Amino acid sequence: MTIKEKQEKVIEEFSFLEDWMDKYEHLIELGKTLQSLPENAKTEDNLIQGCQSRVWLDARLEGGKLIFSADSDALITKGIISLLVYVYSGHTPQEIVEADMTFIEKIGLKEHLSPTRANGLLSMIRQIRMYAVVANTQKA
Amino acid sequence: MNTSHIRDQFPALKTKVYGKPLVYLDNGATAQKPIKVLDVLTEMNRSLNGNVHRAVHYLSIQSTERYHRARESIRNFINASSENEIVFTAGTTGSLNLLAYSFGQTYIKPGDRVVITETEHHSNIVPWQMMCKRTGALLEVWEVDESGALDPKKLEKIFDSSGPVPKLLSLPHISNVLGLINPLEEIITIAHYYGVPVAVDGAQGIVHKKVDVQALDVDFYAFSGHKLYGPTGTGVLYGKEKFLEEMVPWQGGGDMIESVSLKKGTTYAQLPLKFEAGTANYIGVAGLGAAVEFMQELNTEALEAYEAEITKKALQELSTIEGCIVYGQPGTYYGQNYEKTPLFSMAIDGAHPSDIAQLLDRMGIAVRSGMLCAEPLLERYGQTALLRASFALYNTVEELEFFMEALKKALCMLR
Repeated sequence: MTIKEKQEKVIEEFSFLEDWMDKYEHLIELGKTLQSLPENAKTEDNLIQGCQSRVWLDARLEGGKLIFSADSDALITKGIISLLVYVYSGHTPQEIVEADMTFIEKIGLKEHLSPTRANGLLSMIRQIRMYAVVANTQKA
Repeated sequence: MNTSHIRDQFPALKTKVYGKPLVYLDNGATAQKPIKVLDVLTEMNRSLNGNVHRAVHYLSIQSTERYHRARESIRNFINASSENEIVFTAGTTGSLNLLAYSFGQTYIKPGDRVVITETEHHSNIVPWQMMCKRTGALLEVWEVDESGALDPKKLEKIFDSSGPVPKLLSLPHISNVLGLINPLEEIITIAHYYGVPVAVDGAQGIVHKKVDVQALDVDFYAFSGHKLYGPTGTGVLYGKEKFLEEMVPWQGGGDMIESVSLKKGTTYAQLPLKFEAGTANYIGVAGLGAAVEFMQELNTEALEAYEAEITKKALQELSTIEGCIVYGQPGTYYGQNYEKTPLFSMAIDGAHPSDIAQLLDRMGIAVRSGMLCAEPLLERYGQTALLRASFALYNTVEELEFFMEALKKALCMLR
């Protein structure tokens, strides 16, 4: 699936969740099922510090594709992380650079990306893009 | 206590969030304002706005008069001996920055020591770190024990240790994480015995405890208006006149001068204006005066009894939640009674504070989560975030019960 197709799939999934409670329950479920990062990958380098919660993002290049793994100490944040990992992981840097980074807003979670939340998510999205831009430049 | 009569005076409490009634339990961050305060702000903005101390016209005279009246109300509220000891600032943080700068420039030399506690809000840490960097002084830390109490022996050890006697001790009246009332009288007595002046961060303290600066013999006391049911952007630094008189000003500009000359230099205004550069937040200050009058009209004893009742009930209820640690339990430590105010910072096994706070938010409950601007204290307890519910005089027992129910529901979803 392309990034766009994955995003559309997530957006459609969320369109059935009208109530905030359902939405949060779904995110919590996603958070619980996302595989945790091994402790040795939770390094200072991978840490995105927020006042509210902490996020770890690990990236590696495999066969020309960027593989992301990520974690958070807060479940709702981790649920959103799992969406980001699902959508962007396993694609080429070029595809990620060209992708729309705003789909989280389209599933009604815009407030989770506000800088005042300080939950590390906004920085995580920027970081994903940064990895892609850097990998793309190195390739060229 | 008749909370419904009090609640009626706070229009913000009628706000609906996500269509649900607001349960506001983030009073440790900021409190809502009574009509009495809102009316003053509206009236002054609408029809009495003239810059203070500047002109002979009607509006300026009116607002100047109110500005002075507010200073008198606040002097009376904390029983300072003179209005010269009441400096208006933008808030506790502004007060502590003023103090750290002016005290540092006046009294601190390289190698001098200043003492703070491990329980400070960042606002009572960073200004001192900056001051130490400027002056070459050392910042010493009075460590807190697991219970949240401060061992006076440890303080004496710092005072007794080699090196010069510290120039100042700065500590909170009530930590914004622990909610315990520090035994200021005993601590000030010890510090003064060693000849060390004491500054108190009263941001949380002034809200819950009657403060008499003369009875406490405290040298400096800083607080904010907005936690005391007054306007944001207002605050006070109380300082003993003998210190304020000697201290150099912090900021320069209008109102803090006596005479400005490009040839002869500048002479400064008398206290307290020496420390109030630029156009004051005179409308806010008038609102703060009204907030203080509002507080004085309340029955302090009934209020303290009511807060004690809420505190006792909340601690009891929270103790039934599995894996819940509430930091700062009331009790007797080192021979001193540590009373607790209705502020509860907690860590709950298997549920992250930020998750709980987001779920509570959707149920209409406002609480705080995160590091609570007290990273060193959280580190001391091995935590990276806490959940904090803080009650004010308008919160009800029903709200506490609703909070407990909602908390259990959130935990059910998360654990």
